[in-house]
Amino acid sequence: MSMYKKKECVAMLLAGGQGSRLYTLTEKTAKPAVLFGGKYRIIDFPLSNCVNSGIDTVGVLTQYQPLVLNEYIGNGQPWDLDRSVGGVMVLPPYQGNKSADWYKGTANAIYQNLNFLDRYDPTYVLILSGDHIYKMDYGAMLSFHKEKGADCTIAVLDVPLEEASRFGIMNTRDNGEIYEFEEKPAQPKSTNASMGIYIFTYEKLRKYLVEDEKNPDSDNDFGKNIIPSMLAGGEKLYAYPFEGYWKDVGTISSLWEANMDLLGNPPNFNIHDKSWRIFSRTPAQPAQYIGNGASLSNSLITEGCEIYGTVENSIIFSGVRVAPGATVRDSVIMRNVEVCEGATVEYSIIDSNVKVGSGAKIGESKESADGIAVIGVGLEIPENTQIKGGLMVNKSTLKDIINGKEEK
Amino acid sequence: MSVSGIIFANLHDQYIPQLTTTRTLASVPFGCRYRLIDFPLSNFANSGISDVHVITQTNYHSLMDHLGSGKDWDLARRVGGLKLYPPFITAYSSNEAQMYSTRLNALKNLSMLINRSSDDYIVLADCDGICNIDINALVEDHIKNGADITFAIKRVFLTPEKAKHNSIVTSSPDGELLDMIREPKNISGEVDINIHIWVATRTYLQRVIAEAIARDYESFIKDIIARNIGRDNYRVYRYDGYYAKITSIVDYFDCNMTLLNDKNVRDALFHVPNRPIVTKVRNSTPTEYLPGSSAVNSMIADGCVIEGHVENSIIFRGVKIGKGAVVKNSILFQDTQIGRSASVNCVITDKSVYIRDGVSIAGHPSIPFCIEKEKVL
Repeated sequence: MSMYKKKECVAMLLAGGQGSRLYTLTEKTAKPAVLFGGKYRIIDFPLSNCVNSGIDTVGVLTQYQPLVLNEYIGNGQPWDLDRSVGGVMVLPPYQGNKSADWYKGTANAIYQNLNFLDRYDPTYVLILSGDHIYKMDYGAMLSFHKEKGADCTIAVLDVPLEEASRFGIMNTRDNGEIYEFEEKPAQPKSTNASMGIYIFTYEKLRKYLVEDEKNPDSDNDFGKNIIPSMLAGGEKLYAYPFEGYWKDVGTISSLWEANMDLLGNPPNFNIHDKSWRIFSRTPAQPAQYIGNGASLSNSLITEGCEIYGTVENSIIFSGVRVAPGATVRDSVIMRNVEVCEGATVEYSIIDSNVKVGSGAKIGESKESADGIAVIGVGLEIPENTQIKGGLMVNKSTLKDIINGKEEK
Repeated sequence: MSVSGIIFANLHDQYIPQLTTTRTLASVPFGCRYRLIDFPLSNFANSGISDVHVITQTNYHSLMDHLGSGKDWDLARRVGGLKLYPPFITAYSSNEAQMYSTRLNALKNLSMLINRSSDDYIVLADCDGICNIDINALVEDHIKNGADITFAIKRVFLTPEKAKHNSIVTSSPDGELLDMIREPKNISGEVDINIHIWVATRTYLQRVIAEAIARDYESFIKDIIARNIGRDNYRVYRYDGYYAKITSIVDYFDCNMTLLNDKNVRDALFHVPNRPIVTKVRNSTPTEYLPGSSAVNSMIADGCVIEGHVENSIIFRGVKIGKGAVVKNSILFQDTQIGRSASVNCVITDKSVYIRDGVSIAGHPSIPFCIEKEKVL
């Protein structure tokens, strides 16, 4: 008997990913903690979705660079997840009396935390990842799962056929039942791409995780191992069709694009919807100050900013200062960045606490999301430095640029 | 040494009746996202005072909504934390004194609480002043001098008109309180005023409150301070930082505008290291500036959608300014909507006011035009 109150559905959020294709942005931070949209981190989206869907028990599985993420989640208060029973809990890998392991794969991460799940005696378990920007009612998906009497339900998105080979594709019968799963097929038979969102009936999930762990050849991965074994075992798997905005922000260009999708009237992705609010932990900052001579257009600007220059088509996080005569265009400027007089930033992502010296020029005007310049956290770009479009700048590459090596 | 705090939320509601018909002075919005109580409350929290009692009298729904459990100030505690004290009235007895009609009446009614307290010192603050003050320095000065009560004072320039709601303080060069006069007539020039932030030794406060109950005293200044001056150890603590006292709607308007016109004031209030002014988190989205919008010399909170022109204005959270609208020299409270091509100048709109398309409204800096909550014009 569990001493805890039973929870119908517990969510497990896989937040251990390194996100190596975000380069310098994830050098010191796990991907789910990467800043997004002026005042959020990527993980705010699945967490807010949970709360808005009525799921109040969430385990967050961390592994890579967990410090920022742990601190950010804290007691879960910004998401109303500071509960007496349940709430949000950070679950790092741990040392047991027989073995100590890092999380070997997505399935192994959940396996290692079966004791956490058992405490709540859940009927269903929702598996999420911390890599995507979207708004989704998991409650509706759970109803679908129950209605179908499924053992596993996988959320799918209808993608263009030419892109289908980049995804895990679920081939289904007319009633939505999955008969085949193909990981990144060269010749896709359908366009139902897995969004990495699963609801399992816990009893079945537990059984397959325990079996999978016994197999030394397994990668302990949901897509590669658990789903195929369940199909082979004759379990009932269903595809839940999702309609709406969903974006994997695993690359610099997709992260930049997803930020830009918040702009425009109406925007491609609306974060202003009061019935589905995205919650975040926000630092105490005064309102933004817009000075004389400022020029603003089609931008999101956050509290604590001081804007004296020009800002167009950009996302500006809290505490940013744009000096007189400085220009920011088509860019994402993260927390507490200072753009000094006469500097220009175009088609760039500037990580937090960067100082762009006066007259410096970062990035180049483009027509697409390719060739975005990225400046790593805390760097100081000297006066009149030029950083070309598409460069990933961290401490050592900046040294090379300053010493003129980059020119050759 | 332990210190607790008391905040008087309603004492000066009558100063700005235009904004206090539906709220306490403490919950009057200020500076885009704050309420006046955020200043004393943050000052307390920043000085490590985690036991804060808020005394309120009437109209306190907005105050309760704002404060919640106190978690935004880190004052939701198992031990101590933030507590709200409305008047204690029963079906059998209620009279003027129990309604906390004066500062002393409120303290008399809370004597149980003060007697039960084990804190050495109690800091008391009103909500009519705006400042970011180091309370610890005040308390240390009080302890160093072994004072019974220490009043924080500030040198200001007063005109007869502004003197109305002030207490003028005279003190000796070494900081001994010599006199305190309430609402003096015909004063003009530089004087020291009581900024309504003071610290009392708890045992002393307990004693004078007991005496006030026994003798039916009504006024702290008249019946306690004036009687005991020169005998008990009353001192002053000179505060040199930025301070603005709000005693009228014009003061209120000017003080908001000062935030725009003086960067030093913004820095002195909001950018003091380790002493942030904290408020209730509303979790708004970033503010959206649509094509065609423009803004100059304005403070704008999060959650707004700006399509028109904003100049010299204080814009609270969730405000929408329509295409072609012009907002100048105005203060727009939370969720105000300005319609397309409307224009406002020297106007204060209370929460959720809606100005229809094309409507034009203007006040004057000497008489800003106030529009009441949820009004549609």
